[in-house]
Amino acid sequence: MDEVELVAAAQDGDREAFDELVRRTYVDTFTLARRLTGNEEDARDVAQEAYLRAWRGIGKFRGDAQFSTWLYRITANASNNYMRRQRRHRSMPLDEFNDPPELRGETQPEAMAEASELFDRVSAAIDELPEKLRQVVVLRDVYGMTHESIGEELAISVAAAKVRLHRARRKLHDVVYTAFTNEGSSEEGNAHAV
Amino acid sequence: MRCDDVAALLPELVDSDTRHLAVERHVDRCLKCQAELARYRKLLRTMQQLRLHTLEPAPGFLAQTLTALAADGERRAARSVLAGRRLAYAGAIGGTAVAATAATAAVLIARSRRRALKLAG
Repeated sequence: MDEVELVAAAQDGDREAFDELVRRTYVDTFTLARRLTGNEEDARDVAQEAYLRAWRGIGKFRGDAQFSTWLYRITANASNNYMRRQRRHRSMPLDEFNDPPELRGETQPEAMAEASELFDRVSAAIDELPEKLRQVVVLRDVYGMTHESIGEELAISVAAAKVRLHRARRKLHDVVYTAFTNEGSSEEGNAHAV
Repeated sequence: MRCDDVAALLPELVDSDTRHLAVERHVDRCLKCQAELARYRKLLRTMQQLRLHTLEPAPGFLAQTLTALAADGERRAARSVLAGRRLAYAGAIGGTAVAATAATAAVLIARSRRRALKLAG
């Protein structure tokens, strides 16, 4: 059965069909949840919550977008609510921003290509962004969602979504490239010392 | 425009459809800002590539998710059965109360009629 048929069957109450949709999409859903939350444990909870909501709301899926797109939006919303609940229990400053662990003096293997290194740095830096910035940059720059959709799922205005996106990009740029530059200049310095 | 002004706008302008002529003019002449813009573009390209990199959850995640869905389905089914029973109980109690009220009213009416007949006789 293709995705459209599975969705139609699930909308008629066929749990087996929905389970098959879960089997086909769980890695992608988990990946998005992991990128939104920044850690594996929260990502598991968020992804499970997203599937529960999707099953309860499958009747409302109109089919004008892909099932995966609809699921991404549910995951984004579930993540936002989950992190808000978590925030009440944690006394962490919202705007806390630390350098990614990978950038704290650890050296990448020399053989690693620059592109691959940049990829790892960006990935790590996204994980370390403050939650509000991370959500927006992941949904927009990684998943290509519109500002309007992001605003709806995170319950913020389009203008707020844009402001957060630009702040996130600036922080990522500063962290990723400052680390690159520092590493480059320290290597140069070492070369001169030798 | 100064480099600092341009740098503040680059996160917004890197993928914007709207053109900012003053910024463009500055970037055309400034190697430093050209390099900054190139970095932002590279950053965006790298983030788009992240989309293709899936992260595998720990083993057991799929099974746990399917179990959670099944458990949720059972809970909701049980809840709807309970809600149905509650409705049936409420209906039965309501029906009994209505029947009792009607019977009492009928008895009272019959009595008052008998009394009225006695007085007339």
